[in-house]
Amino acid sequence: MQSIPEIIRTIPLTNYIMLSSALFCIGILGVLTRRNAIIVFMAIELMLNAVNLLLAAFSSYYSDPSGQIFVFFIMAVAAAEVAVGLAIIVMIYRNIQSIDIGVLNKLKN
Amino acid sequence: MEISNIWYFLSALTLLSALMVIMSKNPIHSVLYLVFTFFCISAHYVLLNAQFLMAVNIIVYAGAIMVLFLFVIMMFDLKKNIPESKSSLTKLAGSVVAGTLLVILIAIVRKNNIPAPLGDKFNSQTGMVENLGQVLYGEFLLPFELVSILFFVAMVGAVLLGKREAGERNF
Repeated sequence: MQSIPEIIRTIPLTNYIMLSSALFCIGILGVLTRRNAIIVFMAIELMLNAVNLLLAAFSSYYSDPSGQIFVFFIMAVAAAEVAVGLAIIVMIYRNIQSIDIGVLNKLKN
Repeated sequence: MEISNIWYFLSALTLLSALMVIMSKNPIHSVLYLVFTFFCISAHYVLLNAQFLMAVNIIVYAGAIMVLFLFVIMMFDLKKNIPESKSSLTKLAGSVVAGTLLVILIAIVRKNNIPAPLGDKFNSQTGMVENLGQVLYGEFLLPFELVSILFFVAMVGAVLLGKREAGERNF
């Protein structure tokens, strides 16, 4: 049997959960407090990466390859999401000359 | 230097650069900090013995997605149209919500004890390309093929959304 890597022996899995929670909360903070649509989008990417890191950590600690396959699929979906999302932001900028999400309330009137 | 110290240093670096992503005023600085965050997360993948994910993370996130972000930011004239920042009341409310969520998550983790990692059945080759390829092309073959359809739809959608219609100005 192969030996367990030192990082898995010395760092408890709880530390990874704490790290991912902190990253996720930073992402939420970015979504809630910024008005620039691109930065809001980047904060969403941060949240996706926090979840990826946690999935990979659980997968490595319990030797289950499914978790890392899920991370792979999440990355594929994130790439598609970014392509469409940025196209939408470009279209919004072209129409209203701004990427301030506070201006996007035209549907209200 | 012990490996746990490396872990703590790397985690602090990750959180710091993630904070800088949402704090910095200039969007280009934000993108560069985000690239740095992705490299830190890739380093975490290396520590976790997940080499395949490290390579994919660097290629897909730091390579493709961030270049897309940089292109889009450079297309906008952001000197002219900087969105004014939200009121400090909104910022305070957002911080309270995020902080409460963090406290709740940490409390949940501390309440539950996670089962210890398996000792004998541990397989250090889990994250290697060979092992993951066997799983990806065996058990997950159908989702893997469906991802290609998703990419096709996303590509068509992005082109359709980005196309300039007759009479519309460029920028």
